[in-house]
Amino acid sequence: MSAAAPIRTKRVLPGFTLSLGTTLLYMTVIVLIPVLALILKGAEIGPARFWAIVSSPRALAAFRLTITAALIATAINAVYGLLMAWVLTRYDFSGKRILDALMDVPFALPTAVAGLSLTALFSANGWFGQVLAPLGISIPYTLLGVAIAMSFTSIPFVVRTVQPVLEDLDPAYEQAARTLGASEFTIFRRVVFPQILPAYLAGCTIALARSLGEFGAIVFIAGNLPLKTEIAALLAFIRLEEYDYQGAAAIALVLLFFALILLLVSNRLQAWALRYKER
Amino acid sequence: MRPQSRLAPRILIGLAVIATLLMIVVPLVYIFAAAFAQGWRVYAQNILDPLTLHAIWLTVLVALIVVPVNIAFGVAAAWAIARFRFPGRSLLMTAIEIPFSISPIIAGICYLLLYGRQGYLGPWLEAHDIQILFALPGIVLVTLFVTSPFVAREVLPLMQAQGSEQEQAAVTLGASGWQIFRRVTLPNIRWALLYGAVLCTARAVGEFGGVSVVSGSIRGQTNTLPLHVELLFNDLNITGAFAAASTLTLIAVVTLLLKSVLEGRAR
Amino acid sequence: MKHGLIRAAAFAIGIGSAFPALAQDKILNVSYDIGREVYEALNPLFVAQWKDQTGRDLTIDQSHGGSSKQARAILEGLPADVVTFNQEIDVDMLAKGGMLPEDWRTKLPNNASPYYSLPSFLVRKGNPKNIRDWSDLAREDVAPVFPNPKTSGNGRYTYLAAYAYGLEKNGGDAAKAQELVKGIFANVPVFDTGGRASTQTFAERDIGDVLVTFEAETGAIAKQYADKGFERVTPSLSLFSAFPAAVVTANADKKGTAEVSNAYLEWLYSPEAQEVIAQNFYRVNDPEVTARHAAEFPEVKLVTVDEVFGGWDAVSKDHFAEGGILDQVFVNR
Repeated sequence: MSAAAPIRTKRVLPGFTLSLGTTLLYMTVIVLIPVLALILKGAEIGPARFWAIVSSPRALAAFRLTITAALIATAINAVYGLLMAWVLTRYDFSGKRILDALMDVPFALPTAVAGLSLTALFSANGWFGQVLAPLGISIPYTLLGVAIAMSFTSIPFVVRTVQPVLEDLDPAYEQAARTLGASEFTIFRRVVFPQILPAYLAGCTIALARSLGEFGAIVFIAGNLPLKTEIAALLAFIRLEEYDYQGAAAIALVLLFFALILLLVSNRLQAWALRYKER
Repeated sequence: MRPQSRLAPRILIGLAVIATLLMIVVPLVYIFAAAFAQGWRVYAQNILDPLTLHAIWLTVLVALIVVPVNIAFGVAAAWAIARFRFPGRSLLMTAIEIPFSISPIIAGICYLLLYGRQGYLGPWLEAHDIQILFALPGIVLVTLFVTSPFVAREVLPLMQAQGSEQEQAAVTLGASGWQIFRRVTLPNIRWALLYGAVLCTARAVGEFGGVSVVSGSIRGQTNTLPLHVELLFNDLNITGAFAAASTLTLIAVVTLLLKSVLEGRAR
Repeated sequence: MKHGLIRAAAFAIGIGSAFPALAQDKILNVSYDIGREVYEALNPLFVAQWKDQTGRDLTIDQSHGGSSKQARAILEGLPADVVTFNQEIDVDMLAKGGMLPEDWRTKLPNNASPYYSLPSFLVRKGNPKNIRDWSDLAREDVAPVFPNPKTSGNGRYTYLAAYAYGLEKNGGDAAKAQELVKGIFANVPVFDTGGRASTQTFAERDIGDVLVTFEAETGAIAKQYADKGFERVTPSLSLFSAFPAAVVTANADKKGTAEVSNAYLEWLYSPEAQEVIAQNFYRVNDPEVTARHAAEFPEVKLVTVDEVFGGWDAVSKDHFAEGGILDQVFVNR
């Protein structure tokens, strides 16, 4: 790799070839080639068949359910995440550190374990289910159950992207607004919120991406009713079990496409957030 | 305006605490409640079951392979991206994040399409009698995929923020590459590195979707702990499932404790 | 729980030997979803016998899952030495994939099916909805639970049994049979991917009025959940469900395990094994064992896939292929 030659002054440090070479090799073997295998398989299907697979009523229903539930989950986390980030950065109270540490639980807890626990809690004779059942609310095997599982596993994303931005915010603007007699809510709406908006949106985007791809927590609670509570990732899994490789690959490709789009959006948002901060 | 501003924090803190109790604490506590539902003896018996012990061992083994590899990768990627400018740099940064946003199921399908008997490399692997899927290598590979961004994600921003002045100074003083890394870079990034490693471990231990595609769930062989939870659940051994789940939960809780200690150090 | 303790202990003895890597013989039995208990009970007996006969230590590893999913995994490289499935087409799938000979049915007695069962019912205590036969499942007030026929052999047998009943009651009128099956499918609240998951849904989560699954499973569940008072109901007509066994010759020959694999499957026909199998609520062909357990197995009219549907190939083509009859009753509602 002649590119490693110290042409520019930037490259006085050693290890360029070694580190970039390792990175590229590893990325190629572990990530790119397997993803390429999926894309190749998708290309073998042919556009007409591909379209037939992903536009079949069952696949459409699965995509609709996945997206709807992911949006609900993200909405829940948008509210909860903002609340938590605000409370954890702006107020002092006993138990704050514990509350802060708890935010990472969904990240560290295996998704299958979360799914197992949530399903048992919300089942008709579970702790939550007993309270909800008399009200006529049933969570397992419904859209809501899927959304709850998704929101649990993506809790940390909004909190953890907004929190550092809130911490770094210059208090001078808020002080100024307060002196001018603005109410706390107005200050938040007019002064604080615009500053955290890029990071907030980036956090929500990652939460959405994560929800769209979530599997482990959902399979326990969803009930897998085709056309009703079957998520797209599970449909891909079922297509595999039915020996339908093209079907599995086509659905997986659509999910991959969504994931990449959201990844790009969130990267853009984060770049925007960075610029906001530097300004 | 004064009274309102004193009331608002209380309401918000109250809301935050209640919501967190319902959304996070109760599901966490319930796992232990269900695991001990039939008492200590049944719990111990469930944990000491040879198949559960094997699943624990396999899961630990996978983590022991995956985490060091991803630490090496994470540091290499962070070094290359944070310390040098080269064409395609931002593309590489995005590419590193890919496994983070993809469903693990898709990761599993990718590996199946590549290494399966009917996959692109299948015939070659079979001719050479190499077993990747439904064996340890397959589980390790999928877990590597899923957890690959974690260390890089933590170390990279820190190295970017710190800049390379110290390292450049070391170069001028005639230090070798390895010396610079060990004496200058590593001490600066060690907490972020450990933090990334801790997150990577948690994710490696808990990986379910991707592994379930490539493991084959052979009892006492390729059954990782999260898969074993599902298997016990399907065996109608709910208490056993929660007992196995409780060991995973314990790992998660220890992870978080480690993390908050590390964060304290980092500040 | 006492029963569970004994089982766990038997299991530990059987599988505990998975740890030492010194075991001389080692085979992998890839099996259907609800076969765990019966093989947990069977394997230690065969391991002991193999030791007596040959002086060699044997380890039998088990993998359980939906039988179609398992077949796919073997085609993808899961190194199974033997398969014990609940669906012949899944073994045929392996034959087509070159994993075992096309004439596998001739390698063992009874079409290579050491035991059999039939789709049957398990209802809640006291049978409050008075469910007696297939036609009751199509009633509007009845919610049946059974696994997805697309992924589960168990679910496919249920589908075919209901269809066969519909044909029988309507003098062979396919449209009316389809109508009945459609009515039943419309009532199912949850389709799980495997038989055991459906059992969970019915027994643990209290969903549905009747669980439709193999008679063997209804027996085991009624016993395990004795406190819930589930009752077994046998329909008037059901489908003979073969549980085929075969050596996966492509793997066994390569690994040098053909001898022990064959001996293992042949042993399943021995009186000793058949007794254990019958204790697990499967029907067997051994007349003495059958006589001993006669009370467990009520009279039922059994029809076969060959008689009613003209064989598995025809079933695959007419019913399970994409856009086939199953798709029509399953999705379009």
